[in-house]
Amino acid sequence: MRTALHADAIDARDAAVRLGGRTVWEHLDLSIPAGEFVAVLGPNGAGKSTLVKTVLGLVPLTHGTLSVLGAEPGARNHDIGYLPQRRSFDAGLRVRGVDVVRLGLDGDKWGLPRPGRRRQAEARRRVDQVIGLVDAGAYADRPVGEVSGGEQQRILIAQALVRRPAMLLLDEPLDSLDLPNQAAVAALVSRICRAEGMTILMVAHDVNPILPYLDHVAYLGSGGAVCGSPEQVITSETLSRLFDTPIEVLHASDGRLVVVGQPEPPAYHVDRHEH
Amino acid sequence: MLAVAGAHFTWNLADDFRQLFEFPFMVNAFRAGTIVAVVAGAIGWFMVLRRQAFAGHTLALVGFPGAAGAIWLGVSATWGFFGFCVGAALLIAWLRPERGEGYSEESSGIGVVQAFALACGFLFVSLYRGFLNGINALLFGSFLGVTNGQVLVLLIVGGAALTALAAVGRPLLFTSIDPDVAAARGVRVRALSVLFLVLLGLTVAEVSQITGTLLVFALLVMPPATAQLLTARPGVSVAITVVIGLLVTWLGLAVAYFTPYPIGFFVTSFAFAGYVGAAALRRGGRRRVIA
Repeated sequence: MRTALHADAIDARDAAVRLGGRTVWEHLDLSIPAGEFVAVLGPNGAGKSTLVKTVLGLVPLTHGTLSVLGAEPGARNHDIGYLPQRRSFDAGLRVRGVDVVRLGLDGDKWGLPRPGRRRQAEARRRVDQVIGLVDAGAYADRPVGEVSGGEQQRILIAQALVRRPAMLLLDEPLDSLDLPNQAAVAALVSRICRAEGMTILMVAHDVNPILPYLDHVAYLGSGGAVCGSPEQVITSETLSRLFDTPIEVLHASDGRLVVVGQPEPPAYHVDRHEH
Repeated sequence: MLAVAGAHFTWNLADDFRQLFEFPFMVNAFRAGTIVAVVAGAIGWFMVLRRQAFAGHTLALVGFPGAAGAIWLGVSATWGFFGFCVGAALLIAWLRPERGEGYSEESSGIGVVQAFALACGFLFVSLYRGFLNGINALLFGSFLGVTNGQVLVLLIVGGAALTALAAVGRPLLFTSIDPDVAAARGVRVRALSVLFLVLLGLTVAEVSQITGTLLVFALLVMPPATAQLLTARPGVSVAITVVIGLLVTWLGLAVAYFTPYPIGFFVTSFAFAGYVGAAALRRGGRRRVIA
C-alpha cells in the first residue's frame, strides 16, 4: 500500500484557494517526499489548516493542481490518518479511549460491528497495538473526556494510526500541551515516522519542539510558500523575501529559533479561529 | 387515574399478576409500553450522546400542536403527530448553521421552532372549542386506550426506526463523537445528522401518541442519561438504557394499576430515582468504578 519512497506524497503546483471571497493562499508550490517528517509553519491566518483540508479534498482548489499520494485529493483518504486542530473532548463524554481508537478503524462502515469472533479479535489486537505504540495503555479504558489533554492527544494519534496509513496529517497536535508533553509527543511522532516509514505533515505554530526531528519545513506566507530544510527556510533572508517585510531569525543559545517581525502578534496560542 | 374497580394490591404477587393482565386494555398498555421503551431508549441514547436533548424536547412539544391541528381539521391525530414532528425535525436540520457541526450552535433555531409550535398549539385549541378534554390526553398520554391497531402501527414504525438506526449506528456514533475525522473518512456527516433528526422526530411522534407529549421526553432522556453515568462502553450503555426504560415503564404501569394516580408520574419518578441513584453511585465511587 505504500507509495514508492522516491515519489512525492504531496505535490502542489501553483495552487490557490479562495474561501468566502478571500484568497487564503496562492502560487503555492509544494513537494513533500514520501516518508519524511515535514512541518507546515506560518503566521495566524496563513491558511495552514486550510492546506491540510485541501490535501484531504475537503476544500477544493480554485487554481492549480494538487496530487496526494499520486491521486486526486480525497481519493486516497483511506490511506491518510488525520488529526484535526484543537479537539478536546467534552468532559462529560462517556465513551472510552479505546472506543475512539476503534472508530478510527471501522467507524465509517455501515451497520453494527459484525459479531464474527475472529474479526473482532483481530480488530481488538490492532487497537491494542496502536494504543501500545503511543503508550496510552494506562488510561485507554477510561472515559476519554476525563483524561488530560496530552493523554487525549495520544489517543487521537492512535486513532489516526490504527489503519496503518501511508501519511499522517496532524493539525497543531502540540498546541495546548505543556512543554514536557510537547517534547514527548514530538518525539513519539518522529519515532512513528521513522519506524513505519510514514509521511508526516504536521502543522505547527512553534517549530522548536519538533525542530530536531524535521526533514523539511513548508513556510506559508502572503506570497505563497517556501519549502526546504529548516536551515534553508527559517532564515532572516528567506522569510523577509516571503513576507516582503524585514524579518529576523534569532538563534538562542539552546538551539531554539525565534522569528521576529513576522506579521502576527508574538503570542503562541492565538490562532483559534483559523479554518 | 386508573384504579380499576376491583383491582386491589395484595401481597400475593401471583394474584397481582393475574389482576394486572385481566383486561385487554392492560395487555395492550404493556405491549405499547414495551415497544415505546425500547425505541425511545435506543434513539434517546444517541440524542443524549449528541447533546441534542433540546431538539428532542422541542420535537416532543411539537406533537401537541400537530395533534391539536389534526383534530381541528377533522383528521386522525396520528397524522398530526407524524406530520408535525417530522416536519419540525427537517426544519431544525435546515435552520442549523451550515458551518461547524457544533450542537451548541443549533439551539437558537430550535428555540424559534419550539416557540412557534406552542403558539400554533394554542391557536388550534382555541379554534376547536370543546376540545379541552382532549388536551389532557395529548399532554399526558392515553396508555389505557391503546387499540390493537395502534400496537401494530407502533411495532411497524418502531421496527423501521430501529432498523434504520442499526444500519447507520457506527458512522452515527463516529460523527457524534468526532465529526471532523469522520468527515475526512468519507462519512456523510451532514446527511447523517439530518437523518438522525428525522428518526428522532418519527420516534417522538410515535411514542407521544401513547405517552403524551410530556412523558415522551422523560423516556427519551432519562434512561440513556442514567446508563451513560454507569458505563462508558457504548454497547453496554445502549443495553442498560433499554433495560432501564423497560423496567420503569413496566413498574410504572403496574403501580398505576393499583393506585389512583397517573402512569406518567410513576414512570418518570422511577426513572428519576434511577438517575439520582446512578449519580450518587458515581460520586461515591468515582475512584473505584471502572469506565
